[in-house]
Amino acid sequence: MAVTTVPVATAPAPVRRGTTRREDDRAGWGLMTPFLVLYVLLLIGPLVYGVIMSFSNASLVQSGLSGFAGFSNYSEALRSSDFWSSMWHTVLFTLITTPALVVLALVFAMLAERLRHGRWFWRLVFFAPYVVPSAAVALIFGWLYAAQGGLFGTWLSDIGIDSPNWLGSSSWAMASIALMTIWWTIGFNFVLYLAGLTDIPRELYEAAAVDGASPWVQMRQITIPLLKRTTLLITMLQILASLKVFDQMYLLTSGGPNFSTRPVIEYIYDMGFTDYRSGYAAAASMLYFIGLIVVSAVWFVINRRQAKEA
Amino acid sequence: MQIQQSLSRRSLLAGLGMAGLGLGLSGCGTALSTGIAGTGPGADSLTYWNLFSGGDGVRMVAMQDGYQKAHPAVDLNAVTLSWGAPYYTKLALATLGKRPPDVGVSHVSRVPTLAKAGLLAPLDESILAKHGMTSDKFTPKAWKQAQVDGELYAIPLDTHPFVLYYNTDICKKAGLLDSDGRLKNLDGPTAFIDALQAVKKITGQYGGVVNINADPSTCWRWFATLYGQLGGQMLADDGRKVVIDEAKAVKALTYMADLTTGKKLMPSNIDGGGVTMLFSTGKVGFLLDGEWQLTTYQATPVHFDMTPVPNILGGKYATFADSHTLVLPKDSKRTPDRMDLDLAFVRSLLDQSLTWAKGGHVPAWLPVQTSAEYKALKPNSHYVAAAEAAYYDPTAWYSGAGSDFENIVGSIIATVESGQQHPEQAVAHMRSKLTQYANTKPPVT
Repeated sequence: MAVTTVPVATAPAPVRRGTTRREDDRAGWGLMTPFLVLYVLLLIGPLVYGVIMSFSNASLVQSGLSGFAGFSNYSEALRSSDFWSSMWHTVLFTLITTPALVVLALVFAMLAERLRHGRWFWRLVFFAPYVVPSAAVALIFGWLYAAQGGLFGTWLSDIGIDSPNWLGSSSWAMASIALMTIWWTIGFNFVLYLAGLTDIPRELYEAAAVDGASPWVQMRQITIPLLKRTTLLITMLQILASLKVFDQMYLLTSGGPNFSTRPVIEYIYDMGFTDYRSGYAAAASMLYFIGLIVVSAVWFVINRRQAKEA
Repeated sequence: MQIQQSLSRRSLLAGLGMAGLGLGLSGCGTALSTGIAGTGPGADSLTYWNLFSGGDGVRMVAMQDGYQKAHPAVDLNAVTLSWGAPYYTKLALATLGKRPPDVGVSHVSRVPTLAKAGLLAPLDESILAKHGMTSDKFTPKAWKQAQVDGELYAIPLDTHPFVLYYNTDICKKAGLLDSDGRLKNLDGPTAFIDALQAVKKITGQYGGVVNINADPSTCWRWFATLYGQLGGQMLADDGRKVVIDEAKAVKALTYMADLTTGKKLMPSNIDGGGVTMLFSTGKVGFLLDGEWQLTTYQATPVHFDMTPVPNILGGKYATFADSHTLVLPKDSKRTPDRMDLDLAFVRSLLDQSLTWAKGGHVPAWLPVQTSAEYKALKPNSHYVAAAEAAYYDPTAWYSGAGSDFENIVGSIIATVESGQQHPEQAVAHMRSKLTQYANTKPPVT
């Protein structure tokens, strides 16, 4: 934003000595070059290569592309129940975690906002898990969920409840991973909401209180509407983050039991690296990529509409 | 203010640039410069890739040191990578990129795929003989397994079978030990169950344990042991055909489920940490696991011994095993001199097999396997017989250690052991999943 406003501010000044529009352009491109080079080299290049590879029989253990495969990789992926079930696991994980991570973050942020003292402490408490690496989090929760002697199981049996088979049964594993993820990543949304809350002018609440609005009404009529853009941003960031789930599933269950928590990224990894079928894996990742683009496009459209309204 | 800022930014960038340059310079003369210049390692350096961490890693480093001490002129460059699919990916890519290690480690179950992908060249047995490595000096089963289409592609270092651990204190109380203090013969389907029941009476909760959760490989090894004893085969024609024998597979799976959910002699919900906890604290009397866990339990106070898994289902005796082998990835630049250097290194590792055997692995090198020192090594020498009865992973591009074959089949077996699926359903499930692979165009030809 700031970058685009600068030329507007200086444009009417007739005293620009000798700098023409073309020179500005050149300087702009010059300054962009390091970024563009990296972008083309590390993003566009591999992407194009990935598209080409997805139409080939490429194998990890043979050099070259091993012949043109047409759309056969795509049709195989589209017909593969394993591909679709792993896609579903990713989507299911997103459906479970996104609402919880958005709503709980808002609730905790509003509670923390109300505190007069020691607010830094709660900020730290909620944000701290977010900076722990995924491997460490998975290790800790692996112990908590452990089937024999795990802390959760012990606590539950102490109060007379039969502990579920946290990671060993297909019906619980996804919920256990989602629970861990919520604890681990809620801090990020929490901090964004806290920032959004501090942006709301105090006077609005004071005026509403004078008019006799209860805290509940204040929350519904002031806080939530004014946090709309924050909520939209958080929701979209959260959906995209959840759709990219891999580490915690790979580390906690390796996609098990019986592949019931294998996300699509692990499927692509398994196909490409464990089975050496890089052509097929490229096709599967392209399909996944298209899905992500669609989601991002939806966000872009909604965001544009919101911006116009504002 | 403005000028100062831009100056400081410029000097910052310059500083960063210098730092980068410094890093680059300090990297000279090492892998980085050879990588950039494409010169390859010098004549007297030897690159060795392995996948051993933990106790195995420590012993392998000791063996490398042994070689280095005997050959001070050779610059041994040993690299340890994390085991599993990532290791084989790196080995394949480095070989394709024409920068392979001189010597690498591979599971024998992965050798056929590497050979068919053209990443390994057949080894000339006459050259091996020059270094004293002839077929009669290796465990025959492991040697045979290292061959693909009649040609040798790898040199076996060990056999690592799936074995039975038993707590000697508990088994003694249960009257399961003979006069020498060794486990009585438990062959046959009922003897093992009776033994587990006798132990359960002492421990109170479980008789034995085998890992289930998030460990498809162990599930497969336990199943393969029983299914192998029935003479069952999983795949044929290099993986292009699925030949599961339904009756045999159901029999093996039914037996496994009977121990867990049926008679509740073993936990049906257990993970790696739980297994170690149960056996090391004497809460179970038996443990079914790979012999490589030996050092884990030697580090705990538990008194135990080891033996081959009994011939429970009673056909020709078999037990699951794999072998570590040493391979020489294909390298067009390998001269006869280099070949000699590489094979001398392999021979040196084989000669130090006793060090290796301390981690539990049965040495494939017979001069050590039959030596008095190895026989004195206990409980390591108590399950040597398992090496000759090894039931290996079937040959297929999607099979082998850490492969999708083990993941798929093992995951389905886990659902039977934890009571989530019936054996019949599980076998149908295995067949349909494996058939998908069998019908897929292989990435190696």
